[in-house]
Amino acid sequence: MIGHPTYHPRTRFEKWLDQRLPIIGLAYTSMVAYPTPRNLNYWWTFGGILTFMLVVQIVTGVVLTMHYVPHESLAFNSVEHIMRDVNYGWLIRYLHANGASMFFLAVYIHIFRGLYYGSYKEPREVLWIIGVLILLTMMATAFMGYVLPWGQMSFWAAKVITNLFSAIPLVGDSIVTWLWGGFSVDNPTLKRFYSLHYLLPFVIAGLVGLHIWALHVPGNNNPTGISVKSGQDVVPFHPYYTVKDSLALVVFLILFAAFVFFAPNTLGHTDNYIPANPLVTPAHIVPEWYFLPFYAILRAIPNKLLGVIALFGSIGILLFVSWLDTSKVRSARYRPLYKQFFWLFVADCILLGFAGAYPPEGAWLIIARIGTAYYFLFFLIIMPVLGLIERPKPRPASISESVLGRRPDEGGTTAVAAGAANAPDRT
Amino acid sequence: MAVSDTSEPTRRDFLYIATGSVAAVGLAATAWPFIDQMNPDASVLALASIEVDLAPIAEGQSITVNWRGNPVFVRHRTREEIEAARATSLDELPDRLARNANLPANEPATDENRTINEAYLVMIGVCTHLGCVPLGEQGDYGGWFCPCHGSHYDTSGRIRRGPAPENLPVPEYEFISDTRIRIG
Amino acid sequence: MRRNTSLLFRPFAHAAAGGMLAALVLGLGLGPVDAADEAPTPPDVSWSFEGPFGTYDRAELQRGYQVYREVCAACHSMDLLSFRNLGQPGGPEFSADQVAAMAAQVEVTDGPDDTGEMFTRPGVPSDAFPAPFPNDQAARAANGGALPPDLSVIVKARPNGADYIHGLLVGYQDPPAGFELTPGMSYNLYFPGHQIAMPPPLNEGQVEYADGTEATVERMARDVTAFLAWAAEPKLEARHRLGFQVMIYLIVLAVLLYFSKRRIWARLGHA
Repeated sequence: MIGHPTYHPRTRFEKWLDQRLPIIGLAYTSMVAYPTPRNLNYWWTFGGILTFMLVVQIVTGVVLTMHYVPHESLAFNSVEHIMRDVNYGWLIRYLHANGASMFFLAVYIHIFRGLYYGSYKEPREVLWIIGVLILLTMMATAFMGYVLPWGQMSFWAAKVITNLFSAIPLVGDSIVTWLWGGFSVDNPTLKRFYSLHYLLPFVIAGLVGLHIWALHVPGNNNPTGISVKSGQDVVPFHPYYTVKDSLALVVFLILFAAFVFFAPNTLGHTDNYIPANPLVTPAHIVPEWYFLPFYAILRAIPNKLLGVIALFGSIGILLFVSWLDTSKVRSARYRPLYKQFFWLFVADCILLGFAGAYPPEGAWLIIARIGTAYYFLFFLIIMPVLGLIERPKPRPASISESVLGRRPDEGGTTAVAAGAANAPDRT
Repeated sequence: MAVSDTSEPTRRDFLYIATGSVAAVGLAATAWPFIDQMNPDASVLALASIEVDLAPIAEGQSITVNWRGNPVFVRHRTREEIEAARATSLDELPDRLARNANLPANEPATDENRTINEAYLVMIGVCTHLGCVPLGEQGDYGGWFCPCHGSHYDTSGRIRRGPAPENLPVPEYEFISDTRIRIG
Repeated sequence: MRRNTSLLFRPFAHAAAGGMLAALVLGLGLGPVDAADEAPTPPDVSWSFEGPFGTYDRAELQRGYQVYREVCAACHSMDLLSFRNLGQPGGPEFSADQVAAMAAQVEVTDGPDDTGEMFTRPGVPSDAFPAPFPNDQAARAANGGALPPDLSVIVKARPNGADYIHGLLVGYQDPPAGFELTPGMSYNLYFPGHQIAMPPPLNEGQVEYADGTEATVERMARDVTAFLAWAAEPKLEARHRLGFQVMIYLIVLAVLLYFSKRRIWARLGHA
């Protein structure tokens, strides 16, 4: 990583604080002077967007808990009380519900970015693994959060997903009873989900801290996949990426606002406005859209235990991607074969999402099975094999060469003075 | 690129100042719903008024009703209680203000200023010392006595002795018929 | 020199992509086919509250409340609504006096009194709409085993929302030849399964509208559906209003940030 910038406290107060808790220095080195590759495109703005969305979910969530009642006979009505009586309650509730969708949209784009540009490759394996752990925790949080309004989908999704654990041989049923706190999804289940739903986002926040720390050790990847070689390859994070991230965030917020204010229930399910009834099963039990691909994988396998293994395997496989991909080239920009299989994978995930919305019958079941096969094929066969047989395109020698169009040491003045002048320096 | 002289805001700086200001305004505006949601919500405000039927209260009897979470004493006073209250001069009162929400704040604590209809005394039954609920028909002045720290209130609910600093407050109320009041 | 293996794989990748695309297109065309709910999509009604600038029509909501109170409230509760909601901005906006009068027309259970008994009294604005039955079992017993659902959020609880509720109300017809209708049920074109326990609730001229509008079945269906839409989303108007302001604000901020970003990045020359 190109030289660590140093922070020199200027005012007396800064000096005093810096000696006791160097927090201003930390903020300076990690968010102001932090040397960042100069060629990051907008796919790199989603990390900042995700941090913002985590704050949105925590703030709206904490406020909602001031009014929500986690009891099966009061939960549904307490949410309606928030929507009708609490000042701006409708806004805070819709922000939280749609915020979850936006959070997942951003995280999926963020993950696809990583898969495309090889951000999971050496030396960023731990960064990637922490990311997968964040994804898993997000999924657990979202699953439990959806149960809280205690609508029909809340209840039945909880029932279906917790029932999955009964597939585990020998101890499966005991685990399910333990999860439920009873003999079916009921009040004890709701209350423990409430407690854990409040807890896990702070676990996510801690993981995000580790994630950023793990990022800052090697520094950011970039679209070329070529490591930073000199000061000309980087610019200080502020103001270049603070302004770019802010722009991307505001555009993202426009999409968020469009949902919150003009289509707040489009991403949800009408059945969740029916209070939970343990005696009546909805015609089609479906999770929220961001779980649909995994739901399709689960239901594509005719065997219950194998389906559960496939479900968790489809997320768990991500943990091994750093080692499954054997290519020495990071960025798909220079990997013509991998690029095609990658886009096929993206299309596959979207297709699986559609399949998850329909009952697993007929044509959709076949599609789900093909989609599941390709999903695992991509990680288990294509990634390892391609790295061995693919002929990559020639790579630029450095980031600055790819940006400025000429090598730094070729004839005459090298990178524009601007580059040099904007290398991380001084105080 | 040479750093330009920043002693005066240039057109470039104006763009940054404008962006920063717009962002700051948005941030402040966003904070308001999160603050306002803690204010009393519509269902709480809806219970801000209650109606009390006075007909069942016999002379010399009191009832206590719950208004906005607090006890409100409604007493049908006897002639003796009214006269005792009226016979008291303001000099004897530690708190000389009426504490009646239906009147201007500086009105004196005459008994006339403590009621609308002299026969009915309506006051919030929370001791003005530290918030205990005083006990009726007790104390040395024929009114209320707070057992927590020994405050004595008279037949008009005015503090006479003890640590309480103020007379028991009279809430906003009105007669909506001869025998019915609306409080709040 | 290594063989250009991409030539081998490219057609395979293309074929797989094409196959997936075909499956997607075909699959979308197939849609969810389930024998139990082949009910047709209800006709699209243009509602005043549709679209990003939608608002409620006060007169429509007021007439709709009248239909609910005089026709539907006999069987259907609306537990989440209180009389005071009828006077708040963004809804039917009855005056405070009208709200108090409408509340007073209804008997509400209160208590227990000092002898421990529950009693009834005329409603006040802060009261919730009283339910016609004390519990679900009583409701079923009075309706041949069927439970009339609470209508507070019914418009949000059904696919196609207001269009569906309206379609249901006007969708009663004679069953087609060969359709086996269970005794006690009615044939409805838009109800999933086509057999609904509720008999046709609306008849011509059933309600005498306070504003003199002719009470056709179609008119009553629209009015009560609009009222139910408001009941499910009472904050719709405030939401649209604030949403418009927020969008303008975000677009302005995005434009400012865009030009700021370009200015700042211009310092780098070509980056």
